[in-house]
Amino acid sequence: MDDRQQLRDLALNDKGFVFDPLTGATFSTNPTGLQILRFLQEGADRSAILAGLQARFDVRGDDLTRDLDEFVSTLRRQGLVGQDFGL
Amino acid sequence: MAVTGLNATDNPGPGVGVVRALRASPEFDGRIVALAYDALEPGLYARDLVDDAYLVPYPSQGTEALLARLEHVHATVGLDVVIPTLDAELPAFIALQDRLAALGIATFLPTAAQLEVRSKARLVALAAQGGLPVPASRVVNDPAELYAIHQHVPYPLWVKGAYYGAERAWTPDEAVTAWHKVVATWGLPVIVQAHVEGEEIDVNAVGDGRGGLVGAVPMAKTLLTDKGKGWAGIAIQDRQALALAARFAEVTRWRGPFELELVRDRSGGYHLLEVNPRFPAWCFLTAGAGMNLPWAVACLARGAPLPDLSTYTVGTMFVRIALDQITTLDTFRALATEGEWHTTQETP
Amino acid sequence: MNDLLPAYERPVLVRHARGAMNKFSRAASMQPATELDGVPYDRLLEAYGSPLFAFSERTLVQTYRQLEDAFATRWPRVRIAWSYKTNYLDGICRLLHQQGAWAEVVSGFEYDKAVRNGVPESRIHFNGPAKSEADLDKAFRGDAIVHLDHFDELALAERVARRLGVRPGVALRLNLATDGVPAWTRFGFNLESGEALSAVRRLIAGDVLQLVGLHCHIGTFIPEVGPYQQAARKLALFANLLRADHGITVDFLDLGGGFASHNTLKAQYLPGTEASPTFARYAEAIVDGLEALDVDPLERPTLVLETGRALVDDAGHLVTTVVANKRLPDGRRALVLDAGVNSLFTAFWYKHDVVPTAPVHGIPEPTILYGPLCMNIDCMRDTLQFPPMSPGEHLVFHHVGAYNVTQWMQFITYRPAVCLVGQDGQHALLRRRETLDDVAGCEELPAWIG
Ligand SMILES: Cc1ncc(COP(=O)(O)O)c(C=O)c1O
Repeated sequence: MDDRQQLRDLALNDKGFVFDPLTGATFSTNPTGLQILRFLQEGADRSAILAGLQARFDVRGDDLTRDLDEFVSTLRRQGLVGQDFGL
Repeated sequence: MAVTGLNATDNPGPGVGVVRALRASPEFDGRIVALAYDALEPGLYARDLVDDAYLVPYPSQGTEALLARLEHVHATVGLDVVIPTLDAELPAFIALQDRLAALGIATFLPTAAQLEVRSKARLVALAAQGGLPVPASRVVNDPAELYAIHQHVPYPLWVKGAYYGAERAWTPDEAVTAWHKVVATWGLPVIVQAHVEGEEIDVNAVGDGRGGLVGAVPMAKTLLTDKGKGWAGIAIQDRQALALAARFAEVTRWRGPFELELVRDRSGGYHLLEVNPRFPAWCFLTAGAGMNLPWAVACLARGAPLPDLSTYTVGTMFVRIALDQITTLDTFRALATEGEWHTTQETP
Repeated sequence: MNDLLPAYERPVLVRHARGAMNKFSRAASMQPATELDGVPYDRLLEAYGSPLFAFSERTLVQTYRQLEDAFATRWPRVRIAWSYKTNYLDGICRLLHQQGAWAEVVSGFEYDKAVRNGVPESRIHFNGPAKSEADLDKAFRGDAIVHLDHFDELALAERVARRLGVRPGVALRLNLATDGVPAWTRFGFNLESGEALSAVRRLIAGDVLQLVGLHCHIGTFIPEVGPYQQAARKLALFANLLRADHGITVDFLDLGGGFASHNTLKAQYLPGTEASPTFARYAEAIVDGLEALDVDPLERPTLVLETGRALVDDAGHLVTTVVANKRLPDGRRALVLDAGVNSLFTAFWYKHDVVPTAPVHGIPEPTILYGPLCMNIDCMRDTLQFPPMSPGEHLVFHHVGAYNVTQWMQFITYRPAVCLVGQDGQHALLRRRETLDDVAGCEELPAWIG
């Protein structure tokens, strides 16, 4: 399964409700997580996502790189991308 | 009217039965509001039964959080009666009943003291003073006591949690394991009760709060699931079971619905295993048999005249089915993310 | 920084699962605790550092008055003896003594501490199973009330009294059976077996110690009132028997401590704030049991209470700082805090109520709270639904005033500071944070190590 395709298939709602039609699993995510999923659906790479988050949110001393890596590992753990998906 | 306990799983909560009984009354005219603790309580999705669905805080969060949420429900759809149906939430609703009444929300509940005397831990004392036949039981808060428990309660015995949960044990080691299991899930106190072999008979009744019975229907289970839950039953004319329900209402001056779980042993003796301070899941049978007890409670709460509760049709049966309801992702999404759902939101 | 943009939160994604899908769960609607009696926790942390125990004088005094009122309105003579082991910080003890509390001590050390706090020795109840000869000597000279625990102590007490040439008043500690509470048979003389009566006979025969009181302490954190009714009744019936058969009229009946605070035991379902009986309910039960006394109402004995945790637990809070966030392999989130079980001993027994000190946003997730110790047992709170937190943010554990600032241990790191917030918003230290000199100061180096 192509990871990007699986990500594109996710149904996202503005309130952070996420539905994976492949497995039927549903999730809640917060505005930052939702934004990352949208960037991933658009095919953005690591640096584009980091820059995009900087531009859209009031970031103060947070470690975006680390947060992004942890979020991607959550996606892997939840089966929303394959085990060797990386950014 | 609002009802809780919509967890209609294979071990169902009473909510769906109560709702169906309310709707079965020819005098019912209004909306049914379902109050649930999880977006996946199946009864929330019964669109022919439930008009408005709300998630509410767990009883373990305390009364203030619950009251705040009920105020919101009242402000948005209006409530005239609430019928809580789960053991664990009763203390909170009892504590709140005056404040709910001040909002115009009626209840018909036992008192905190009544709730306490029928608790599994206190039932033996109540039985002794009220002449109710309860099997040998003992409260065990220290597992070390289990090694000498046979002096009070013979094996095999049941190790039970205060609200739910029961494990059978034949040896002290099993009893200790069961004790830890029950404590881990349901906490203290733990009650150990002798096992009585015989036929199970349940009585659903409503006490008037002055020592009398408003109505009562005894039921024998005719079909059990592999987990031992009643899946079909029949209304019976068991005078002794009815007499025990009347006796219980008299000694406790019980107010509101209750269920007696009885066993009739081979020599015809009756044993009171448990008293549930609420409707049982099978309470729709009372409506079917012509003595609609949930509707009676709704009337008592509002001070409305009672329906005819003089008789019920012996031999009326219930046979439960599990059916698959169809719902939309949108309904689920609304419950999961907003915590409420209204049938008026539905697109035809 | 750009205030026009939405605040950045660490991204989270939580799968929906039955049992964890309620927007109105405690975690989802968690209210922060930003201040203690009007003083922001942040300000206390700035002044005294993290972690920090913070006590509310207002809660302490109010709780004392509630306890006293509950009993004094139902029984003519009531005495509260502050159970030192629950919390023997001088500041806390003195506040309680100012309210009228006597002292209940269980060691020579606690005895000396009570004396240092200005408690007249005749107002000290001296309990415990291991009093030394020196302890008894001190207590009898000071006219304190010694509660005898076993026959060896009884014999020792008689020898000491004879040597001093005094006839001190003593009490007997009894243990007895109540429904639902395992009997603490290791302390005192057993009532049901007749051991208590033998002790009385022995006292009468010895003719040097005067029996002035009966005492029992049936357990601790008893969230039910029934056992107190039974215990009070048993003491009352025993007192009747002493009067009728031996002509002994005791001055006091001491029901010990054990009332539940607003904490929640690990095995309890309902939170302690809902489940624990009020002082009024305990009082009703005890007074109901004492009605069995057949004495003239004007000659009723004094009712003594040694309430510990229920008096001080709710007044204490532990403020701590998040050091790190971790993701465990099973998907759970873990927070590492700067306070551990070395400070919060009661984390072993309770599901402590814990909340952030600032408003929280974001989706709660199953989270386990660990302390800073490099020890596997250092778990401050088993997994609970908790909102996202970042390093440097603070949490506060509530109801931690009892047994922690006495049973804490100096282990791996220093014991934290303890402060008091006064009734008018002033605050000050009750105990400063330990230093290396405090810890190493009592060490000696053998000369040959050098
Ligand atoms: C003799 C005695 N009295 C009073 C107390 C105080 O008990 P609590 O803190 O449970 O009120 C204790 C504590 O164990 C005790 O041993």
